[in-house]
Amino acid sequence: MSDTAPAIQWDLRLYVAGQSPKSAAAVTNLKKLCETHLAGKYRIEVIDLLKSPQLSVDDQIVAVPTLVRKLPVPMRKIIGDLSNSERTLVGLQLRPTPADTRLS
Amino acid sequence: MLDTLKKCPTGIHGLDTITGGGLPRGRPTLLCGGSGSGKTLFGMEFLIRGIQQYDEHGVFMSFEERPRDLAENVASLGYDLSGMIADKTFVIDQISIDRGEITETGEFDLEGLFIRLGFAIDAVGAKRVVLDTIETLFSALTNAQIIRSELRRLFFWLKERGVTAIVTGERGDGSLTRNGLEEYVSDCVVLLDMRITEQIATRRLRIVKYRGSAHGTNEYPFLIDEQGITVLPITAINLAYPVSRELVSTGIDQLDRMLGGTGYFRGSSLLVSGTAGTGKSSIAAHFVDAACRRGEQCIYFAFEESPDQISRNMQSIGIDLGSWAGKGLLHFAAFRPTSFGLETHLSTMLKLVEQIKPLIVVLDPVSSFAAAGTETDARAMLMRMIDFLKSQRTTALLTSLTTAGHAAEQSEVGISSLIDTWVLLHNLEQAGERTRTLSIVKSRGMNHSNQARELLLTDHGIKLVDIFVGPEGSILTGSARTTQEATDRATVSALNQDIARKQAALQRRRSAVQARIAEMQTELAVETEEVESAIAQQTSAVSGLLTDRTVQAQQRENTGDQR
Repeated sequence: MSDTAPAIQWDLRLYVAGQSPKSAAAVTNLKKLCETHLAGKYRIEVIDLLKSPQLSVDDQIVAVPTLVRKLPVPMRKIIGDLSNSERTLVGLQLRPTPADTRLS
Repeated sequence: MLDTLKKCPTGIHGLDTITGGGLPRGRPTLLCGGSGSGKTLFGMEFLIRGIQQYDEHGVFMSFEERPRDLAENVASLGYDLSGMIADKTFVIDQISIDRGEITETGEFDLEGLFIRLGFAIDAVGAKRVVLDTIETLFSALTNAQIIRSELRRLFFWLKERGVTAIVTGERGDGSLTRNGLEEYVSDCVVLLDMRITEQIATRRLRIVKYRGSAHGTNEYPFLIDEQGITVLPITAINLAYPVSRELVSTGIDQLDRMLGGTGYFRGSSLLVSGTAGTGKSSIAAHFVDAACRRGEQCIYFAFEESPDQISRNMQSIGIDLGSWAGKGLLHFAAFRPTSFGLETHLSTMLKLVEQIKPLIVVLDPVSSFAAAGTETDARAMLMRMIDFLKSQRTTALLTSLTTAGHAAEQSEVGISSLIDTWVLLHNLEQAGERTRTLSIVKSRGMNHSNQARELLLTDHGIKLVDIFVGPEGSILTGSARTTQEATDRATVSALNQDIARKQAALQRRRSAVQARIAEMQTELAVETEEVESAIAQQTSAVSGLLTDRTVQAQQRENTGDQR
């Protein structure tokens, strides 16, 4: 796997519902963040639950938008439009997590 | 025509009675209660019965339990969830939110939940939805403001979809639900409760609110057993049942006579009360024996003795209950009143009665129910039992133990007003011995005896004998009665001899007079004969004289002519 796709270390899946402002904002925010921090090492899959609702079951999606970090394991979920990039980075564990910042 | 509220029958035993037809159709109902109060099962049963009885498919959204656990739980009630899921009539979906793996950042909504729910509803064409327990969202997500606005939207959305929904919520301190779900679900609120009084748990259900519909406002006890949930309406049974005019024997001839000749009305309720050892169970055994002889089904609920013990004891008075049990006519059901709550007892008994459909049911003794709850609860339970049996036209025979020294009227668990025929047994102690007496306090619609009888337990069953009233008006029983009987017999015999003597004297006198009459008649006859013969002679003499005179005259005429 490392030979065929050496660049992909971050497999991200973003669940949205249609073209709502929140969804659009989440997509924009995510792309920007990945380009800044994970350039060349990531893959984003945007899933519209209105089109494929059955996919909501596997990843236990309740809220939208939800960003799911499939790789690297363990799986992480970030709920919201990702407008707070600091919190998003903490959620993706791209920033060290001090015990107190976990609490909202 | 008025557009009245449409209702969705739950199929849950008794609930549709008190709600007047079920939950509001096409609207969400809030079901709240503490943990272990039966919310999940309630929701499950609502869906399963909807599928089985009303052909309305269902979706169960579980926020807490795993589908596998849920399926196992209802499998113990005999429901095959996996079969229903395979038939595409049922969807069970678990929403599990692991707070540990979630970070929240920025705006979001619960559209994912809506989509999942909508997807599940569309997958089976569901008409019924259960969300159990949606409040877990509050602990899973931190932004309560979003959750609140999303829940408001969810309930609106459920109404739009036209599904009848049950939303469960955990009971909070001082409020119906911890997170105030009752603010959003305003059409119908049902509260489940489990209370423990004197170590016995009773589940209760109350309709807190039902917009646009009349509903029972009481707290209704309900049960969870192998047949699911049963709500027991206290007053659903009205007093309009038809009654029987057929009279049947009690099995004791003398008691039948005391009741007016032929026995008791079929389907009436009878109470036999008395202190310990007055023969209550023996009377009950007679009733059962008589009914079994007529080929009727009986149930004997024993709360103090084992069936075996009852059978053995009754053999001593010549009643073989064991053989009736063997023939399948008599059904024993023995349990300790304290083993479960009163409601469980009631439901157990009702189910057995519905299953066997007996003509007579014995509860021996009902007084022991007071031990399984408060006296008020016991009375309420017995009232429902008696009501139920009356509606089934089943004779109820209740025995009740009274404590010596108490007024008999006080200690009947307050049920005497429900009773049609009340037989009171007394233990009379006098002259160093105890004797049992029986009297009928009341018997509705019957010209019953108002006299007490002495009750004897013999090898051939119960015998009732008249009580002697002594010279000073005292009641004589036992050996005093026997003595009195002997005295009476002696008196009677003396009197009888006197009568016989007098009759003999009269007979003798009659014979003497008749002899004299005969003699005088003979004399008369002789005299008559003599007189008649004398008369005959004189008559012939007279006619002789007349004849001579005529002949002489003729002769005289003849000689004259010739001259």
